[in-house]
Amino acid sequence: MYQIVAREDLTPQIHLLEIAAPEVARKAQAGQFVVIRMDEKGERIPLTIADWNREKGTVTVVFMEVGKTTRKLATAQAGESIANFAGPLGLPTHIDKFGTVVCVAGGFAIATIVPIARAMRAAGNRVISIMGFRTKDLVFWEDRLRSFSDEVIVTTDDGSYGREGVITVPLRELLEGTEKIDRVIAIGPTVMMKFSSLTTLPFGVDTIVSLNPIMVDGTGMCGVCRVSVGGVTQFTCVDGPDFDGHKVDWDELMTRQRTYLDEEKQSLELWQHSQGVR
Amino acid sequence: MSKLDLNRVPMPKQEPEDRARNYDEVALGYKEEHALAEANRCIQCKNRPCVEGCPVGVNIPEFILALRDGDMPEAVRALKAKNALPGICGRVCPQETQCEEVCTLAKKGATIAIGRLERYVADWELNHQNDSNPEVGPPTGKRVAVVGSGPAGLTIAADLAKRGYEVTILEALHVAGGVLTYGIPEFRMPKGIVQAEVDYVKSLGVEIKLDSVIGKISTVDELLEDSYGAVFLGTGAGLPMFLDIPGENLNGIYSANEFLTRINLMKAYLFPEYDTPIKVGKKVAVIGGGNVAMDAARCAVRLGASKVSIVYRRSRTELPARQEEAENAEEEGIVFKLLTNPVRFLGNEQGWVTGMECVEMELGEPDNSGRRRPIPKTGSEFIMDVDTVVVSLGTSPNPLVPTTTGGLDTTKKGTVVADEETGKTTKSGVWAGGDVVTGAATVISAMGAAKRAGASIDAYLRGK
Ligand SMILES: Cc1cc2nc3c(=O)[nH]c(=O)nc-3n(C[C@H](O)[C@H](O)[C@H](O)COP(=O)(O)OP(=O)(O)OC[C@H]3O[C@@H](n4cnc5c(N)ncnc54)[C@H](O)[C@@H]3O)c2cc1C
Ligand SMILES: Cc1cc2nc3c(=O)[nH]c(=O)nc-3n(C[C@H](O)[C@H](O)[C@H](O)COP(=O)(O)OP(=O)(O)OC[C@H]3O[C@@H](n4cnc5c(N)ncnc54)[C@H](O)[C@@H]3O)c2cc1C
Ligand code: SF4
Ligand code: SF4
Ligand code: FES
Repeated sequence: MYQIVAREDLTPQIHLLEIAAPEVARKAQAGQFVVIRMDEKGERIPLTIADWNREKGTVTVVFMEVGKTTRKLATAQAGESIANFAGPLGLPTHIDKFGTVVCVAGGFAIATIVPIARAMRAAGNRVISIMGFRTKDLVFWEDRLRSFSDEVIVTTDDGSYGREGVITVPLRELLEGTEKIDRVIAIGPTVMMKFSSLTTLPFGVDTIVSLNPIMVDGTGMCGVCRVSVGGVTQFTCVDGPDFDGHKVDWDELMTRQRTYLDEEKQSLELWQHSQGVR
Repeated sequence: MSKLDLNRVPMPKQEPEDRARNYDEVALGYKEEHALAEANRCIQCKNRPCVEGCPVGVNIPEFILALRDGDMPEAVRALKAKNALPGICGRVCPQETQCEEVCTLAKKGATIAIGRLERYVADWELNHQNDSNPEVGPPTGKRVAVVGSGPAGLTIAADLAKRGYEVTILEALHVAGGVLTYGIPEFRMPKGIVQAEVDYVKSLGVEIKLDSVIGKISTVDELLEDSYGAVFLGTGAGLPMFLDIPGENLNGIYSANEFLTRINLMKAYLFPEYDTPIKVGKKVAVIGGGNVAMDAARCAVRLGASKVSIVYRRSRTELPARQEEAENAEEEGIVFKLLTNPVRFLGNEQGWVTGMECVEMELGEPDNSGRRRPIPKTGSEFIMDVDTVVVSLGTSPNPLVPTTTGGLDTTKKGTVVADEETGKTTKSGVWAGGDVVTGAATVISAMGAAKRAGASIDAYLRGK
């Protein structure tokens, strides 16, 4: 069992859990993930490592409520435990001195891009971050990302805070600007990563995305996480999760993510019913 | 002794129409009268050919004698002296090519059903309070790390614990047992039995650390630096192969590993009580002809598919599955589409598989595996209607450990190079055995390799 040592609600639907897992903390690197399972009947779900504390022996994950497992996880309180916590899985994000790196993140992925921005900065890059939210009330960790960035651009879909519109607009402006952009890292919902990659493609700027297909084991054993990258089948959990965004077959990925829509809905409704939620 | 009895006692089984609708064990096991009758047929050969045929050298005549004499605790002791996992082996060993093949009575076509008797004794122990505490040797003060908790890992852990070592098993998944847990279905290998035998290994003092993916959470070198005197790799062959043909990433196409893992490890057959789903349509094609394909097809039947086909590119004679399993599958209504090979998958607008273009095959000259090579018949292409496909072409070892361990040689097939007699790898302090060395094989061959490696590690650490 792995104890939750702290919990924080970053927005009504996005939560942070700091979990005691000293051996995972010892090895964690930016861009890696863990697979968790809450209890005996639970599903194994992947969550990116948002932070770690090697001295304290803890790992932090930040997740958004979407279906049964994430909603159930959202009910977990500090002091409680979850059954399984395996990691760090996947390859770490490739960190190097590239020059100027733009980190683009949407929604819950703000948390997962923070360690990457931090590592990129530490490697001597100039870091420009773009963070996108639906609306002002959902903005979180702006300060934290600022502390690892040379420049931060915030967008909201409804214009209630920062710039109005989607993140691809400021991204394109940066690419069209005078400053040479050496690399873009885009993390967030699949559509957002797809459009970020399409935006950078004409400029020929290397664009790394962190894919989130359905997973089961997370160790290369089942093959459900397969994606086509440059026409070659890759297993996201061991060959990724980071891939060249210009080579990913986005439509295939999005189709595969929808495999269990009916079952996910059924599962969620049953759970909500059992919780008395309407 | 009375005259030779050549009537092998049959195994009681669930009827096909019943079992196709449940996940309960198909083979029900001998009752006492069956077991005694079968044990009585054994002629207690002095030269013990059967023991030679068992890769772990089970004391077969001794345990059968004790069983016949009604001394069950002694039967358990005799059996477990060599085999820590008898409930498992009694069920899934390919006995017909191991101990039973060389039984003296084989010449008369009436081999003793050793596997069934083994299962009977193991099940008896589970159902009875039996305090035959195993003898654990005096502590050596030395530690051994075992990577993987499949049959190989469990066997070496038990052997070394009995020899007084402090053994830690490191397992990637959240349950121990390897393929026994995530691959072989409940109706053939009940998980309660696996758990009981894992618990027995723990009762010898073995520690099992789950959620520990070696190569990630620590490397083999770190284990060696971290007070472990030796490391044994029993990581199996868990990497699924695909056909590499167009359309293979359509929805509804599973690797056998994914299909079976969802069902067995995650209990998707109990969805939505358990959270992990599985989607099985009405027309299922399972590609491949091994035991794994049979298991997947039989699971598909139980999940409500109306037509399940095994699609295999050679003929019935070359089918690698055990005869018994192919028969069980047939009884459950599974159709064999032989001499047939898929060339591409067809899908609908929503990205789901709807069909499979196949080509008929004919058999040519024998290839280097000795089996006749299948050759496509030109112009014989046809489309098979399917809505679910399970690709069961075999597996190779997961590269996670080899790629993170310097000095560990592997073959072109990705298997770890190890000495057959000792299990020693090319890296000092590291042994390997089971599927990771041989490629996908059998439970008992993995256990045999683990036993030999255990003896070699013991000699090495004692000399140190
Ligand atoms: C490598 C990796 C890292 C991830 N990191 C994070 C993270 O840090 N924070 C976070 O909130 N989420 C992360 N995800 C997504 C997270 O795993 C899913 O949100 C979760 O599995 C959903 O489970 P559920 O039961 O709540 O929802 P479900 O009922 O399973 O699904 C509800 C909705 O979520 C979508 N979905 C289901 N499974 C996944 C999945 N594996 N990935 C993406 N979408 C999915 C479905 O299409 C559906 O629309 C990551 C996924 C991967 C593969
Ligand atoms: C569906 C199916 C049916 C079968 N039926 C039969 C049968 O009827 N009879 C028979 O004799 N054989 C059968 N087999 C084959 C048999 O199960 C295997 O030969 C046997 O399990 C091999 O044992 P092993 O200990 O070498 O590996 P495995 O059983 O594969 O165990 C390896 C373990 O190591 C773990 N692992 C892998 N990598 C790591 C890592 N990096 N860190 C930590 N842990 C790791 C895995 O999670 C797994 O638990 C079947 C196989 C399958 C898939
Ligand atoms: S372990 Fe397998 S091979 Fe050995 S005696 Fe038992 S059934 Fe036969
Ligand atoms: S060879 Fe057959 S008959 Fe002889 S002891 Fe072994 S099991 Fe009994
Ligand atoms: S999640 Fe199973 S292989 Fe990647």
